[in-house]
Amino acid sequence: MTTQPITAQELAGDPKRRRKETRVKAVFMVAGFTSIAISIAIIVSLAGEAWNFISQVELSALWTLGWFPRRGLYDIPTLVIATTIISIIAMIVAIPLGLGAAAYLAEYATPRARKWLKPTIEVLAGIPSVVLGFWALTFISPEIVQRIFTSSKPFTMLAAGLGVGVLITPLVATVSEDAMRAVPLSLREASYGLGANKATTVRKVVFPAAISGIVASLILALSRAIGETMIVFMAAGAVGGAIRTWNPLEPGQTMTAAIASLATGSDQVAGEGLAFQSLFFVGLLLFLLTLALNSISNRVVRKYRETY
Amino acid sequence: MSTSSTLNPRRATSEEVAKTIKRGGANWKPIAFQALLLILLSVSLLILIVLLADILVSAWPTFRDRGLSFITDGLSLNPETAGVWTAIVGSVIIAVVVAVLAFPVGIGAAIYLEEYAPNNSITRFVDTTVRNLAGVPSIVYGLLGLALFVPLVNIIGFGGATSGKNVVAAGITMAALVLPIVIITSAEAIRAVPNAIREAGYGVGATKWEVVKNHVMPVALPGVLTGTVLTLARAFGETAPLLVIGVATGFFAPAGDASFYDTLTGPYTALPVVVFSWTRQTQAEFAETLAPAAIVVLLVVLFILNGLAIWMRNRSDRKW
Repeated sequence: MTTQPITAQELAGDPKRRRKETRVKAVFMVAGFTSIAISIAIIVSLAGEAWNFISQVELSALWTLGWFPRRGLYDIPTLVIATTIISIIAMIVAIPLGLGAAAYLAEYATPRARKWLKPTIEVLAGIPSVVLGFWALTFISPEIVQRIFTSSKPFTMLAAGLGVGVLITPLVATVSEDAMRAVPLSLREASYGLGANKATTVRKVVFPAAISGIVASLILALSRAIGETMIVFMAAGAVGGAIRTWNPLEPGQTMTAAIASLATGSDQVAGEGLAFQSLFFVGLLLFLLTLALNSISNRVVRKYRETY
Repeated sequence: MSTSSTLNPRRATSEEVAKTIKRGGANWKPIAFQALLLILLSVSLLILIVLLADILVSAWPTFRDRGLSFITDGLSLNPETAGVWTAIVGSVIIAVVVAVLAFPVGIGAAIYLEEYAPNNSITRFVDTTVRNLAGVPSIVYGLLGLALFVPLVNIIGFGGATSGKNVVAAGITMAALVLPIVIITSAEAIRAVPNAIREAGYGVGATKWEVVKNHVMPVALPGVLTGTVLTLARAFGETAPLLVIGVATGFFAPAGDASFYDTLTGPYTALPVVVFSWTRQTQAEFAETLAPAAIVVLLVVLFILNGLAIWMRNRSDRKW
């Protein structure tokens, strides 16, 4: 019995089988690059109409008394100020609640308690924003805001900001909790070994060690607050337009709410005037702002992550 | 520790040491700190309880008086007969379109990124793009739908009476919205499959595709399915992009003779949109009892989907 030398062709296998491999790979590659296509589509569709807006609008209309797109007043600062106010209120709610809940869950809760508490917090994270919008309007506004500030209106930026705060609290809590739990036990033990108590260990050892994850969670939450639409649209009022104001007890329109409001107006988004184009200009601003925040958040995690 | 200087080592008894360390009494600071954290956690949970209780109490009269007819009745201008059926139909069609479009593409992209893509700058760029897309506000996807998908639906012949502002365009928009989440969760599930399984496949002469199809995917499937179910939950709860691409926020009658084509191309609504539009109705009953009842229906659907995901995750929690 003589053994035939194996040829290179035999090692390469059935050509039909190889061709199939190439085809399958090509299909997956197309799927893989869909996300690039969607990104390009977003940028092109936003930038195109945004350019039409900025090249046709009178520049004086961009700095007026307020945002009334149907009357040709496109005061961008109105939207930016409202977005800022609501995001600040939301962060004032979410930072203590989220970080406090995270620290308790990560450091103090017994494993059994944690097993129940963490999914409960995650349930809060899964509540759709339209539900929180409804609740901000029908509960937070009359039962909290109007009881404290008796003369305030039913629609206020304060009520919307509190609602957004409730929305982003679980995000801060879960991401920060993960960061604190990732701090190795040996660091805590070293701290106890030096005579520190639990509170000191949490504040002076665990917190600084987890700071990159905590900061990332806060930036992520801020980005979510800026991009949140329904709560602001339902609870901050100002349908049709808003006057520029820094007062959180006034109605207001954020960038997102301005888009939603214009799109659901009685006459829908018509091609009349520059209202339609202004939607995309505001959308582009919003897109760039949240993109920047998310990139910073990613970079913070990558750059300042302590590796143990 | 500065306190150690006050201690005379020769006369130190264990009692004295303990006393010095405790500084003559209970140290209230760590207790106060722990109490503060517990209060903050309790407030977060209390908000959830108050939210659910408030909505359940407001919704109760509707379910008590109407029973299941609230679910099976369609839209109406009369609060006595208005129900969520039209909205459920809209939401389910959107979910089906999402499942048909986003799941194969998303899982395929995850397979490409985890199994095929070379480790180079282009792959890292795709990866970053996916992560960035996941953070884009949902309303921006609404603008994308308005500028791209609504005209596209018109071109492919599904425009109908609404000239593209219909449930097909809504489904495509939602599919684009959830695609990055499908990719991220599927990629995580595929990454969790140990390399030994792949190597065993190659060892018996399988090609890459055979390894992926017969060895990696069966193991990763429960994780992938968990992610896709959570994605459906997300699509069910989104409102803002639908408002931008022309979902009906008022009453409408079913278009034409209500054939399947008419349902696909006519005006539509969805569960969260109904919550929004009833809240804005001038008749008080809509906002006071019907909107919370619709919220309860929406939350029940989401809890079922989430429960399904948790059940699948627990079943598949294999240790390697």
